[in-house]
Parts: sequence; C-alpha cells; structure tokens
Amino acid sequence: MQSEELPVKPGRPKPWNDPRIRSVVFQLLAIAAVIWIGYTLFQNTVNNMASRGISTGFGFLDETAGFGIIMSLIEYNETMSYGRTFLVGLANTMLVSGLGILLATIVGFIVGVARLSSNWLVAKVSLAYIEIFRNIPLLLQIFFWYFAVLGALPGPRQAVNVGDIAFMSNRGIVLPKPIFEPGAGLMGLGLLIALIVTFILARWAKRRQAATGQIFPVLPVGLGLIIGLPVLAYFITGGPVSWDIPELGGFNFRGGITAIPELGALLLALTLYTASFIAEIVRSGIVAVSKGQTEAAAALGLPPRRILRLVVIPQALRVIIPPLTSQYLNLTKNSSLAVAIGYPDLVNVFMGTTLNQTGQAVEIVAMTMAVYLLLSLSISILMNIYNRAVALKER
Amino acid sequence: MATPHQSLPDLPPPATQRGLLGWLRENLFSTWYNSILTVVIGYWLVTTLVPLIDWAFFSAVFTGEGPQSCAPEGACWIFVYERLGFFLYGFYPEELRWRPDIAFLLFAITVVPQFFPTPAVIKKWLAIFGLTGLPVAGYILIAGGHFGLEPVATSRWGGLMLTLILAYVGIIAAMPIGTALALGRRSEMPIIRGICVVFIEFWRAVPLITILFMASVMLPLFLPEGVTFDKLLRALVGITLFQSAYMAEVVRGGLQAIPKGQYEAAEALGLGYWRRMRLIILPQALKIVIPGIANTVISLFKDTTLVLIIGLFDILGAVKSTLSDPAWGNVMAEGYLFVAFCFWVFCFGMSRYSHRLEKKLETGHKE
Amino acid sequence: MQENNATVASAASNEDIIAVQDLNKWYGEFHVLKSINLNVRKGERIVICGPSGSGKSTFIRCINHLEAHQRGNIVVDGVELNEDIKNIEAIRREVGMVFQHFNLFPHLSVLENCLLAPIWVRKTPRDQAIETAMQYLERVKIPEQAHKYPGQLSGGQQQRVAIARALCMQPKIMLFDEPTSALDPEMIKEVLDVMIELAGSGMTMLCVTHEMGFAKTVADRVIFMDGGEIVEQAAPETFFSNPQQPRTQEFLEQILQH
Repeated sequence: MQSEELPVKPGRPKPWNDPRIRSVVFQLLAIAAVIWIGYTLFQNTVNNMASRGISTGFGFLDETAGFGIIMSLIEYNETMSYGRTFLVGLANTMLVSGLGILLATIVGFIVGVARLSSNWLVAKVSLAYIEIFRNIPLLLQIFFWYFAVLGALPGPRQAVNVGDIAFMSNRGIVLPKPIFEPGAGLMGLGLLIALIVTFILARWAKRRQAATGQIFPVLPVGLGLIIGLPVLAYFITGGPVSWDIPELGGFNFRGGITAIPELGALLLALTLYTASFIAEIVRSGIVAVSKGQTEAAAALGLPPRRILRLVVIPQALRVIIPPLTSQYLNLTKNSSLAVAIGYPDLVNVFMGTTLNQTGQAVEIVAMTMAVYLLLSLSISILMNIYNRAVALKER
Repeated sequence: MATPHQSLPDLPPPATQRGLLGWLRENLFSTWYNSILTVVIGYWLVTTLVPLIDWAFFSAVFTGEGPQSCAPEGACWIFVYERLGFFLYGFYPEELRWRPDIAFLLFAITVVPQFFPTPAVIKKWLAIFGLTGLPVAGYILIAGGHFGLEPVATSRWGGLMLTLILAYVGIIAAMPIGTALALGRRSEMPIIRGICVVFIEFWRAVPLITILFMASVMLPLFLPEGVTFDKLLRALVGITLFQSAYMAEVVRGGLQAIPKGQYEAAEALGLGYWRRMRLIILPQALKIVIPGIANTVISLFKDTTLVLIIGLFDILGAVKSTLSDPAWGNVMAEGYLFVAFCFWVFCFGMSRYSHRLEKKLETGHKE
Repeated sequence: MQENNATVASAASNEDIIAVQDLNKWYGEFHVLKSINLNVRKGERIVICGPSGSGKSTFIRCINHLEAHQRGNIVVDGVELNEDIKNIEAIRREVGMVFQHFNLFPHLSVLENCLLAPIWVRKTPRDQAIETAMQYLERVKIPEQAHKYPGQLSGGQQQRVAIARALCMQPKIMLFDEPTSALDPEMIKEVLDVMIELAGSGMTMLCVTHEMGFAKTVADRVIFMDGGEIVEQAAPETFFSNPQQPRTQEFLEQILQH
C-alpha cells in the first residue's frame, strides 16, 4: 500500500478529452447545422416566391375553387372553397384506405391460411397468387384494372346485368340502394339488443365456467342473436326496407348507388396487392408457432378447434401484428396512386388540381404531408395499443 | 429354449399411400370438403387458364409486320417487338444506344458475380467499383458531354434504362446515408438521435408520390436563385431521401442484432468508436441485413414506376404512351403484360435470392 | 481440475500496477460495488471468486472502463482512469481482457482477430503483427487454425484464440472474466493449461473464476466478494484451509462439495 493518497472523486479529465464535453459540442454543432440548413432553405424559398410573385399564407383556402370533383362523400360544388376541396380529397382518401384495409385483411387472411392448406391445389394456387401480385408494381396493377379490365366493360346500354339489380359498365358499378322507412329503427334496436345480450352472455359464460367448469357455446349463440333479432324485427314490422333499384334511362343509370370505376380499380388493385403481402405475413405468423406447441396442446387433449383458438392464434398474432401494421400504413400511403387514374383523393384534388390553380406549393405540400403523417401516426398508435393488449395476455 | 428372433421383412405400404393414386388421395381428396375444393378450383383453373394460354401462345402472332398481321383472337406480340427499342431506351437517339448498352454491360459484370460463388476478393472489388466507379462511368457514357461523346439531354432518357438508373442511383446513394442515419439513431447523444428519428420517421410516413411532387415543385423554390435541377435529378433527390429512410431502418435492425459482447470485445482491445463501427460492427451488421436490403431494393424497383406521374418516361410510362396509338387497335393487355413480365422476373428472382440468403444466414455464421 | 499440487512460483514484485481506492458503482438505485480497495503488484496473480451477482465481474470490467464507476479512484500503470478518452485508450492498450463468451469477431479469421488491435491501435507494421500473432497462436497451441473462422472452432479453441488475441497487444495486465464458465467440461483443461503457462511467464493476472484448482495452483491471492464488497482476501493456502469469515466458509462448502 505504498501508492500516494488519492482524492475520493475521480479526477476531471482535460476538457477536450472529456466525452461529455465532446458530446455536447458535437450536438450543438448538429443543431447549428440543422438550423442553418432550415434557415437557408426558408430564405431561398421566400426570395424565390417573392421574385415569382407567389403570395404566402393560408388565405387561398377561402377562395372559390371553381372546379368540379367527380366523387364526393360530403356536399361539394364548384362554388365552394379550396378548403372544401381539401376536405373532399381527405374524405375520399380515408374511404379508399378504410375499405382497402378491410378487404385486404380479409383476402390476406384467407389466402394466408389457404397457403398452408393440406389440399395441394389450394396451397399452390395461393402461392401463385402471392408470388404474382406482390412482384408487380402496384401502379401497373392499377392501370391494368382501370384501363384493361374496367375500361373494357361495355357502355351503360350493354352493361353487364347481374340479376336485374346491379349493373357493371364502363361508367362504374351500380348497386341497389336501401331505403329505410319508418319501422326500420326497430331493426337497428334489435341489432343493438343482440349485441348487448351477446356481450352479457359472454361474461356470464366466463363466470359460469370459472365456477362450474361448464363451457357455453357463446360464438354460435351470439351470431344467431346478432343475425336473428334484426331479421325477426324485419318481419314483425312488415318489411320496412325497400330497395332503390337502378334503371337504365337515356345514356346512364338512374337510382341506386354508383361506385365510379376509378374507385373500383383503385380498391381492387390496393386490395389484391396488399393482400398478397398480408397473406405471406399470416402464413409466416402461423408457421412461427412451433409444431411443439400444437403437439403439446394436442397431448393435453384439447380438440383442434381449441388448439387453434387458445394456443396457435394468440401466439401467431404477436408475430403478425407488427408487420401487419406496416402493411396498413403502406396501403394508406399507396392510396395516393389514385392520382394516376384520376380518383379524386387528397393528392389528386389538393396536391394536383388545387396546387396547379393556386401555385401555393409550400402550403399545399406541407398540408398534404401533414395529413399523411397524422394518418400514419394514428394507425401505428392504434396498432401499438392493440399489440400491447395481445402481448400482455400471455405474460 | 427361445427361438432366435426372426426379423420381419419390410413390407410395401398400403396401396392407398403409394403412387399417383396415393398422392392424389393424400393431397387432393383427403376429406369431402377438400374434394369439393379441388373440383371447384380445378374447374376454375381450366376455364380461365386454358383460354389465357391459348391467347398468349397458341393463337398469338409472333412474326409479321405491322398491326395488320395480328389476329383478334390471339395476342399481338409484334407490337411489343416493334416498339421494343422505345420501351428499353425511351427517346434516346437510336445511333447512340450502344453507350447505355456498354454501361449496362458493365453493370451486369459488376452485379452478376455477386449472386454466384465467386472468390470473396473479386466480389469485394466489384462491389467497390459498383458503388464508386460504375456510377461515374455510367454517367459519362449515357449523358455524354465528355471525351468527345455527344451529350444527350436527360429528357430523352427513358424506358427500362431510366427505370434501372433510378433504382440503381437511389440505392447506392441511400446506402451511405441510411447507414449514417442508423448509426445516428443508435447514438447515445439525445439530440443526434432525435434528429435522425425525425428524419427517418418523416420520410417513412409520407407516400413517395408526395415526395416526388415535393421534389418537383418545391425543390426549385428551396434552391438559391439561378440554380436549377433538371426533372430527373429532382426525382432522384426525392427517391434518395425516401430510400435512405427505409435503408436506415434495415441497417438499424442489423446493428441491433449484433451481440453486446462484440461491442465490448472491440472496446476492450482499445478501438475507438469509428474503428469499432467500421472494423467490427458494420461488416457484420451489413452482412446480416443483405436480405433486408434486397427487399427494399425490390420495393424501390417497383416504386420507380411512380415517376411517370411527374412526367418522366420510365418503362411503364413508355409503354403506356404507345397504347393509345389507334393503328394498333387494342394492345393494352400485351403492353401491360410485357411490363409486368419485366418487373416480375426481376422482383421474383431477387426475392428468391434474398430468401435463400436468409436461410443460409440462419444456419450458421461460417465464413 | 488440477491434480498436481505444484504451484507456480510467484513473480510478484513490490511495485503496484493497479491501485483501486474506495470504488463505488450504482446501477440506478442498486449499489453494485461498495467501497472496494485493492492494490495489485506487478506480476501478481489474483483470483476473484464469489456467488453470482456479487459484483466480481462488474469490478474487473471497471478496470478497463467497460463499466464506468461513480465514485472512487482507479490507477492503472500510473494512469488515472477517469472519463478522459486519452487515458481510457492508454489503459486499454495495456490491459487485455478475456470474456466468458469469447466474443471473437465471427467475420474475421483467427489470424485477423489477432491482428486487428495491433494494427489499428498499436500501429504495428502488418508483417511484424503477423509474426507476433503466430507466436502467440503457437503459445496457445493452435497455429494450424490461423486461417479458420471462429465459427469453425470448438469452444475451448475459441477461448484460446481469445487469449492469444488479447496477448497480441502485449499487455501488462490480463483480465479474465469467467473464462471457463461457458465451456464444456472436457474443454476447460486446455484453457486452464494456457492460463497456467501464462501465469508462469510473470504476467499480472486478475481472474474471476470458480476453478478452485486453478486458484490453488497459480494465485498469489484469492479474493472473495459478496454483495458488492470484498469480504475476505488471503493467500490460497490460508484461504482454503482456514477461511475467517462465515460467508466465505459457507461459499467454500457449497463449491467444494462435489
């Protein structure tokens, strides 16, 4: 113990060799660089806009748009403002993304399970579907459905007739529209009651199982209620729903609901393209649950149905959810390809026509990007919450 | 005493498990619902595939000249054949097309050996050439303007050539940027990390088409007066920003997969941060993310078609523009099928490659 | 493991090479190291043992600053270990380390693993570095594996490469962090033999290990740690035959039962 006495705190290093000081300096430099880049871009933009005589600010949103939009979920005509065109585009984007996510999930899960079918033909057809659709650019698929398939349909006069109630022509798909008469409310009430009863039933069944061990078939009974009660109400009130069936009049159809071909093509392409990815995710999710798990469950005497429900699905979902989320995000972003065939989504209406008419590039690009940023963020937050719920169950 | 044990002879399995019949029973008709499925799908396949194959091959016209040789009941492949030059090069002057040809030959020489067993040293030098020398050589050849080569404006570039250029430049530019962003995102310095996270998440959250719009309408506003970018360069800037964000996430996955012990062993040997990354961590991380990189390459390759929306003539744009030619009648299916085939071959091949590599990496870390 | 009871003669001088004073470390609220004091003389061989979670690994990882300490002082070979990057680099040049899980670089061959630090840290000319590396590979008895990759070697071979890799920097001190714990039983001996041979050459060694045979053969001092403190330290003869602290006795009973 002959070393000299040392101070108790570690000595301070020389400032230029101190990692903390280095890190602070480095980070300050990084902030400075970001600010400098931002400032330069801002300054350049302001100068350029001034020299081109472009006004700035969001005042243009109140100006009259003056152009028509072929499809709108909210009331719109050309006397309305650019602000309104933004909302129309946003609504159309959300419609096609929402429907696309729903359909792609359904198709994707079916194909993903079919891919693992014991039927050789089913498995191979699913494989062919997956490998074809995910290796061809989405834009090409949109063009194909829009120009080569839907565009090749005959005009309204020779429309493809589906049982005299629905028609497919190059003007779109016309479907019958339900008209609710007084008394239809009872059907809604029936549905609501069925949902509540099913919910209560499920909780009761769980409690009864906990107490007595008896298992109650909640799923079939619940489904029967949810379908049965509204149907019962329909007959009791004497059929309060009538259908507005489209009819050919002049050069186009009257009545019914029309889905424009742009929507049809976009939805078809988005669904089939994304479903091919989802199918692969579902397949690998199921495969990821090791065979030992299924065997262990079977050895415990669980029937196959319960093995799937209690052992395989909970584990597979944990693998499936994160990549599924990014597929939902991709679909939402890909819906912007609408611009290529003229479906009036946000990018088409706002970043396209509105930008061309007003020239307010900075504001419009920023607003559009902000919308997608928000959409992406909300989808991933929702999926994260769900993911946490799924993940927690097992721990 | 006990009779010696007689081994039983090997008997053939029951007839139901053997031969074609056994296979059919096992794989197509194992249960009643499988039988129904098989019949329904088989019927559907026969009724759709047979006419399709007939249209595409047996009734199709492969030789002849001009639209008049085509028959209405079969595919008109003459159309594709006669317009092939335009589909491959766009408006690039016909007499100068040997220049892109040489560039793509170089490209093939660089890339093809990477997919086959080749000595590692050769692979390494080819990769270095592909990342540095090839872009320069390719630019000199295709754009011209140096060494007595006649300049060709980028507005005349098009077709498959443009598609490949967009994808290639997008990837090699995104590689270093993405790696830097990935390192930044794993940095211990909160501000550096924050900047990288915001950058990556922003470009990943917005659709490529809005980025391309931004690049084409806003980039000119960002630049000082007097500086102009042509359309192609603007598209490339957009694609690079987009791609580097995705690349960053792929590389980050690789960095996270490297065990902590590797960092510690490198540290204990006295290597500083940059040497640790360059000599130990990145070589391992980049190797395990090759399948991931291949997947982003596939996505990017498909996404390059979007440039037609901002007015560039990639292969899809080139084909689409010829489809409205009334002389040929309706050749839409032929045109789109041709493009689909080009993309499919590349993307499918690439995904097989990435899949095989993944399998190989899973089985061990040898050599 | 060691049947022969012959011990390796001590080479310890009177000069301190490591001085640790009042070393304290916390993981968040958890006090991992509590006022550790230890002086190591040049050439001294120290074995540190103790139950898992006693802080022994953390302690030797503080000596080359793989772990930062919050209070106290560490002086290694005359250089004070603080946050100063230059000091840390200087100390790591002189201190070699062998890990429980080898941590060889799987993308480099055995030889390249050994060349890396001499070339990039010591700036040794490549030819000279190869010569040194081959010498050490011979010393750990695997020169013939020089061009293989770590994944192709057995655990024992990998650990010997890891020792050679550390020795190639020609360090003054070697730290061993449970070097045999991850090995199959039949491979432990080959690694211990190399370590014993190294001990005989006069290297300063700090070993965290449960190999009591090894401790008896080579250690100048055995240190028992528990709960983040040094509970007892003594020469191996006294330590094993006559432990003073009840905690040490309990630990030795458990470990020597088999």
